[in-house]
Amino acid sequence: MLTGFIALYIFMLAAFTGYEIIGRVPSILHTPLMSGSNFVHGIVVVGALFALLNATSVTEQVIGFVGVLLGAGNAAGGYVVTERMLQMFKSSDKKKA
Amino acid sequence: MTAQLIIDASFLAAAFLFIYGLKRMSSPVTAASGIRVAGLGMLVAVLASFLYVFNVNEAAKPHLMVNAALGAVALAIGLGWAWTSGKKVEMTAMPQMVALYNGMGGGAAAAIGAVELFRTSAEHTLIPLVVTIIGSLIGAISLSGSVIAWAKLDGRINGVWRFTGLQMMNGTFFIATLALGLYIAFGAHGHAPVWMTASFFVLALIFGVLMTMPIGGADMPVVISLYNAFTGLAVGFEGFVLQNPALMIAGMVVGSAGTLLTLLMAKAMNRSVSNVIFSNFGATGTEEQGEIKGSMKPVDAGDAGINMRYSSKIIIAPGYGLAVAQAQHKLYEFVKLCQDAGVDVKFAIHPVAGRMPGHMNVLLAEAGVPYDIIYDMEDINGEFKEADVAIVIGANDTVNPAARTNKSSPIYGMPILNVDHAKQVYVVKRGQGKGYSGVENELFFADNTNMVYGDAQKVLVQMIQAVKSLDGGH
Repeated sequence: MLTGFIALYIFMLAAFTGYEIIGRVPSILHTPLMSGSNFVHGIVVVGALFALLNATSVTEQVIGFVGVLLGAGNAAGGYVVTERMLQMFKSSDKKKA
Repeated sequence: MTAQLIIDASFLAAAFLFIYGLKRMSSPVTAASGIRVAGLGMLVAVLASFLYVFNVNEAAKPHLMVNAALGAVALAIGLGWAWTSGKKVEMTAMPQMVALYNGMGGGAAAAIGAVELFRTSAEHTLIPLVVTIIGSLIGAISLSGSVIAWAKLDGRINGVWRFTGLQMMNGTFFIATLALGLYIAFGAHGHAPVWMTASFFVLALIFGVLMTMPIGGADMPVVISLYNAFTGLAVGFEGFVLQNPALMIAGMVVGSAGTLLTLLMAKAMNRSVSNVIFSNFGATGTEEQGEIKGSMKPVDAGDAGINMRYSSKIIIAPGYGLAVAQAQHKLYEFVKLCQDAGVDVKFAIHPVAGRMPGHMNVLLAEAGVPYDIIYDMEDINGEFKEADVAIVIGANDTVNPAARTNKSSPIYGMPILNVDHAKQVYVVKRGQGKGYSGVENELFFADNTNMVYGDAQKVLVQMIQAVKSLDGGH
């Protein structure tokens, strides 16, 4: 079980990781990175799916359904938008070369 | 138990791929592959989560078929809608789309919390309960706040919504919401009546709206970034509640990365984050402005184009108006004409040009403008005094000299592009309106400034024609 301090350790290390990744990024990548990190928290769909599968009442099913729907939208939308943005960076790099 | 083992291993792999993918995304060279690495992580995690069907708790087993079917349908709808909308959206509308997707993530996190809280049969221990409530609160605020941010950037809600005592009201509202949440945890031990739990969520959603309504459109990028961090935190917290380390890690990485990104964006606009959220930016602007001397001097687009063709150095300061007019392709065509005539052309990008930091770079990249003629503000600001012509297209606040000189101006202190240092300034602008901040721009009245009125696309077409006919005539 991930209780108490183990959870805090995970949170602490993850927070440092996020800070380090963004810390030295050129400003031209801020928008794609915001979009990319937006995609990454789309992982919430997995948690929503878990909640839905374990639902025992209609209320839980309805909320779980909405949760999975929203989470899937976050993940898929985040991916498509980020991919499209970054694709442009690649193509213009090629032109230069 | 093998199902659980596969799930755990997949989540570990997903967490690794997310972090590695984000790391690759932080350099322009590897960025495009970075999103694919992260995408692979998501695919692994989602596929593995289907194995949950072998692992549901006893009480949910009779509902498993229904639940699984609901899950598949929800996944298909969410995925299908977001995939097509993401493919369709214009590059200019990207920021509000990111806001919308982000809000959905916040909503999903709040939904996880809601399922926990409505599960009256469950036994709740205090710490996970408090974490559930905080995660739900943050997630719900992120949902409704992001929807408002989307509506504002998309032009569905115009103007800002302010009155005296607004902040007092918002503060009271927030404390009431928090108090209700804490009562559910400490007072009712998670077994609060349904109406109470429901009103907690409704209050949180309303607070998200109230918090975002008074913020002006120009500040929305910072707000979207902030809500992005919020959603990350909410996901991390709900991950703890679900004992899911992949959610915890991904959520917290985004939470901290998003917070830092928010601070960087706010810094680029020379404002603090609290200033963005709590200040009355723009509200006082109209009264405090001093008289602006001089007059606006309109000039014909063709004349302006010919003038530029015979100069030796041009610096272009593009703004969001350029993107709205979809004129970046025409602009690049004009730039190539000038370059063929031996003119040195450079682009100067303000950190918040467009709607988000880096947004303008994306838009210019879309038009095929090569990187080596695009410069960041710090790198090019010293060069304006050597430029014969500075062209301002669809930008306003980012080139307003009042930010340097006029202490009473609401944008005072914001770093700006020094276009007024150029020998001649052309401002391409649709009308005589003010910028997003609502501030009059004294640049437009300066002696060395000429105004070219019209839609940026049409103006550029005229400029291109004028230059072409000139070269053809020789």
